[in-house]
Amino acid sequence: MDIQKQLFVGKTICLGPIDHEKDPAIVSSWTHNAEYLRLVDTAPAYPNAVAQVKKKLEALEKKLEESKNMYYFHIRDRQDDRLIGFATIRWIEWTHGTGWLHLGIGDPKDWRKGIGSEVLDLLLQYAFNELNLYRLTATIPQYNPGALRLFEKAGFIEEVRRREALNRDGRHWDLLLFGLLREEWEAQHAH
Amino acid sequence: MPTDLFHGNLVYLTAEEPEAQATSFSRWFRNTQFARLLATAPEILWSSNKIKEWIEKDYEKDKPEGYFFTVRASQNDRLIGFFGLWDIEVNHLNSIIAIGIGEPEYWGKGYGSEAMQLALRYAFTELNLHRVSLFVFAYNTRAIRSYYKSGFRLEGIQRKAMLRDGERHDIVAMGILREEWEARAA
Repeated sequence: MDIQKQLFVGKTICLGPIDHEKDPAIVSSWTHNAEYLRLVDTAPAYPNAVAQVKKKLEALEKKLEESKNMYYFHIRDRQDDRLIGFATIRWIEWTHGTGWLHLGIGDPKDWRKGIGSEVLDLLLQYAFNELNLYRLTATIPQYNPGALRLFEKAGFIEEVRRREALNRDGRHWDLLLFGLLREEWEAQHAH
Repeated sequence: MPTDLFHGNLVYLTAEEPEAQATSFSRWFRNTQFARLLATAPEILWSSNKIKEWIEKDYEKDKPEGYFFTVRASQNDRLIGFFGLWDIEVNHLNSIIAIGIGEPEYWGKGYGSEAMQLALRYAFTELNLHRVSLFVFAYNTRAIRSYYKSGFRLEGIQRKAMLRDGERHDIVAMGILREEWEARAA
């Protein structure tokens, strides 16, 4: 093992901190796209002004400092540091070694380019090798096949199907919980 | 129309004065048999003063975060448990229920099942929800049996999601839809 290995650098993207000056405008632009909001969250889609996002990101970083059960990153382009999305490990229960993953790539132009896969690799490495967690869960709406494929490809197993937990456009959809255990992740990475 | 949402045969639902509720809750959680069936968080023993403070703070809120009820036994008016419908998503009409009978002498005698019936009736006829779900620890077989009896269906298993006494345990996910509840109630 290489203890000097970079944890936050992928092939085309990297994980970085919040930039409170530049990021709010970009995040605000994402929240004006209802499709993105519906894919990334189950809450009612609702746009946020730049000033609102700024406040939210400040509150989020304060929570990171105080709560100790959440890690939050901004996904950035490795070349020019452009903000691409967010990735978080949250609701960590240290006594059980469990956490929940949540990530989003804001601009549709950046979708379907393998960025999610790169981010997930870094996130899993951080969760299992740095935080020493045992188990990760991801919540994915049935209507987000891109995310389903992403997590399946990373070895996550569908564990729970919360039937008709969502209602969008008058239709019921299931909410799926995917789980990955440390030993399953390690088996994938055995040399 | 259901006549009385808050009354069953064995139990009825109340809102308690902070002091009475805090005294019972503080005592219930000293019993780890109870606490370890209820939550994944490490057990902390809170004083009744602290719990009273939380209840009072909660009572100051304009709108409740969830719909919480205390449960009393009809035969002697004793405060025996609670349930809460939490995490209600107004756009999806779903909720997660947490339920517990804190007085062990009322376990396995149908009090919890009846409290669950009242909870589901409230969820589907008063809150007009589409779905109610819950998570229960796999080792809590008595509760799982009672949830099946109440009409919940198995929706999956979160493998090895908790660590207790050096062993990994599964967490079981269950849910019931409005139409399933209506078919049973008919």
